[in-house]
This record gives sequence, structure tokens and C-alpha cells, in this order.
Amino acid sequence: MAAAESYPDELRYHSEHDWARIEGDEATLGVTWFAQDALGELVHYEPPEDGSDVARGASYGEVESVKAVSDVIAPLSGTIVAVNQKVVDEPETVNADPYGEGWLVRIKLSTPSEVDELMDAEKYKAFVAEQ
Amino acid sequence: MQTLLRTPLFERHVELGGRMVPFAGWEMPVQYEGVIPEHRAVRDDCGVFDVSHMGELEVEGPRAREHLQSVLSNDLDKVDVGGAQYTLLTNETGGIVDDLIVYRLEEGRYLLVVNASNREAAFEWIRDREIRGSDTRDVSDRYALLAVQGPRSLERLGLDDAPAFTWAMGEIDGIESMVNRTGYTGEKGVELMVMEEDAPALWDAVLARGATPAGLGARDTLRLEVCYPLHGNDIGLDTDAISAGLGWTCALDKDFTGVEELRRVKAEGPARKLSAFVMTESGIPRQGMPIAEGGEVTSGSHSPMLDRGIGMGYVDSAHTEPGTNVTIDVRGRPRRAEIVKKPIYKRKED
Repeated sequence: MAAAESYPDELRYHSEHDWARIEGDEATLGVTWFAQDALGELVHYEPPEDGSDVARGASYGEVESVKAVSDVIAPLSGTIVAVNQKVVDEPETVNADPYGEGWLVRIKLSTPSEVDELMDAEKYKAFVAEQ
Repeated sequence: MQTLLRTPLFERHVELGGRMVPFAGWEMPVQYEGVIPEHRAVRDDCGVFDVSHMGELEVEGPRAREHLQSVLSNDLDKVDVGGAQYTLLTNETGGIVDDLIVYRLEEGRYLLVVNASNREAAFEWIRDREIRGSDTRDVSDRYALLAVQGPRSLERLGLDDAPAFTWAMGEIDGIESMVNRTGYTGEKGVELMVMEEDAPALWDAVLARGATPAGLGARDTLRLEVCYPLHGNDIGLDTDAISAGLGWTCALDKDFTGVEELRRVKAEGPARKLSAFVMTESGIPRQGMPIAEGGEVTSGSHSPMLDRGIGMGYVDSAHTEPGTNVTIDVRGRPRRAEIVKKPIYKRKED
């Protein structure tokens, strides 16, 4: 069951339709409602390896629907500290709850100042409206 | 920019929330609610597809049979009036110009339903090889085509069952239609050919009878689960029917374009065969991915019924026995798959 369109205020957003929830020197990452809606029901999540480094703007994994595969772009740089195994096992979790149970990875931030370059919810909503 | 063509049901698709995409020069719905629920609706009950983009050619005349026998691979003499047959339009090297279904309308009159992407190529190929006494016409613009597919499709349409690969004139809620017992899903079903202007009323009637609208996305996963080849992916001008596993559509004892080459491939045995496989590790195979043992994926997707990656591809003949393990290069990651007997998905018994 797909979630209703939303872009929570407490998150930060990247133009490749990824979100970040900042928690001290760590962040939880995922894809936005807009991204999952464009892809359709997800059937595969190819996660990064635990402990690997991710760079802002670069791909750290793949999500796949029946019709298409899409790189997941890191909104922030850091080191993977957790992968959401629930999404590996049940990728459709992302469609049902993109900002909650459908998170993709947790990272330890290497460059916390990058957070300032992300969009807030208002800016991202305006950005999505232009797509 | 090329203008995309629209079927008479375009407005209906938009109203239903269909996601419209370009396909073979047409603007077609890839999905409405979602590929997976639409796929399941066809496997479990009944779905309806607008396939009005497909081409329809008529070949008519006292020598139409002779003309078609020389360009089509299958034996047309096995088709009576009221019958239909899956067959190939082959080139001199045994390659496939198009795969199609031919319906015998009358003694000397045939209907050929061809792929949308090959409409012009197929028409020109057949017309260029016309003989006196046979006339080829492209009648695609006159007709709309709705595929109603699934175990409950006939019951929902109020139609009596009929053997596969037959056709008859019928009526659904007052709309006159050619009712063809054919399809591209592996399920029981019909393809309804109607005059273009009757298409919206027929579509509405079929939906009112409980069919789920289904898009090209589900059409592709349904046909892949039952290993029906897609021209342009699995078969084409450079692939021969024997290697594609379509030898059963080739009457090698008659004369038709490319028959010598096909006899040779059959006698020598193909170097590669179009094989079906199921992923035994995670990952979804896609068209163009290399197969480590020799070969390439020609169609790949996620199977909604098996809930895993499936595909077809040309595999070195030494590795095509069911049960053989092969390795698919999924964007740089080697992932294991197992060759399986076709079809990948076997339909539930009636």
C-alpha cells in the first residue's frame, strides 16, 4: 500500500530525491515520497556494505522496481554504520513508509557542515513542484 | 520531436490515472494502480489491456494463401476459416522480421496482427513479395484491440469457452466484436477486435464486468513469466527461429523465405539457445547483461508470481540444460541463476 505524499519538516533533502534525518554526528538516509512514486513498487534494494564510505552526491546503493533501476544518491558524506535489513527483505516497505520503516542506511557523518547545503522541506516541496 | 500516436482509449487511460509513456511511437499506459497488482489480477481473475497500437494487415485474393505460405514460417494449411496460428515473418538469413498471429477470415482472406513497432516493416515486407492474385492492405487505423486475459475472463465477458487459436464473431453488451481466443499472458483469454469508434463503449463494458485495467508493464512481466518472446528483445532480424526455440513454428518441409538457413541451423544444432532462468541469488536481470558462461540477457525482470528475478537470454548451448547454474553480471556484481525449463511460470489448472 503506497503512502500519501508528504515531506516532513524535520528532514533535510537532496536534489536527487533523498532525505536525511540528522541525529548528532549521525544521519539516517532514505528516498523521498517523490522518488518512490516515480519508481513504483520496489522489488529490490541493493544495499552498501556495512563500514563502507559514502560520498555526498555519489551512489551508495540501488533501488529497483519492476520496470526500472535507480541509483540511490548520498545527500551527505560518511561511513555506513547500519543497513536496513527490513528493506532488503521487503523492499515495498519504502513505498509504504518512505520516512519511517523504509529508511535505507545510517551513516556517521564525516563532514557535518554539508548539512547546511541541503534543502529544508519548504525548498524541496518547491523543487518537486517544478519536476 | 516525433508526435506520439494515441489510441481511441487515450482519454480513458488518463481518467483512470494511467501513467502514459512512449512505446513504439504510441503514448500508452505502462501502469494504472501498479504493475504487480495488475499482474496478479490477470493471473487470478481478469485484466484488460488496450493493445490498439498493434498493427492489423489484411491479405486477400485467390492466391493469398500461396503468397503467405511463401513468406510465413508456419504451415498455413493447418488453419481453417475460424482458426488462428502463431507464425513468423522470416528473412533470407533465417532472421525474424516479425512474429505475429494470422487469422483465417475467409477462404482467401487473412488477418495478420503484427507488433506495433514492426507495423510498417511487416507491411512492406509482405507487400514487396506480393504475387498477382494477392493484395495486402494495412487496416490498422480502422480497428481497436482489447486483450481481456485471465482465468475468469470468458466468464466475466459472458462468452462461451472456445479452443485456443480460434476466432468467432460475438457480442458483448450489444457491441459487435471479433472474439479471438489468443493472448500474450499465458492465461485463458480473448483479444477483442472492434471498429475504432466502438472501443470506448467496449472498454467501459469490460471494466463494468469487473476486469482490472492493466498496462504495458504487467503485459511484459506476464509474457516473460511464460517465456513468450518479445520482438526487439529476444528475437529480431539477427536471431533465427531455431536458436530462439521457435522451431515449432517453422514448417521446414515447405518453401518459405530463409528455410534453407533454418534447415542448416536445425541440422547442425544452434550454438546458442534462447533459455529461461531464475535468479538463485538476489538481483534483477535486465536486457543486455552479460552471462558469464557465454551469452547475454535479452529480457529480464522481477517475477511477481515467483517474487524473484527471472529472465531469458541466449546461452552457449553447452549450458542450457535445466538445472545448470549460470552467472549473470548484474552491473558488475556476479549473481547466480539457474536455467529452467520453459515456461518459468506454469498456469493454474482450469
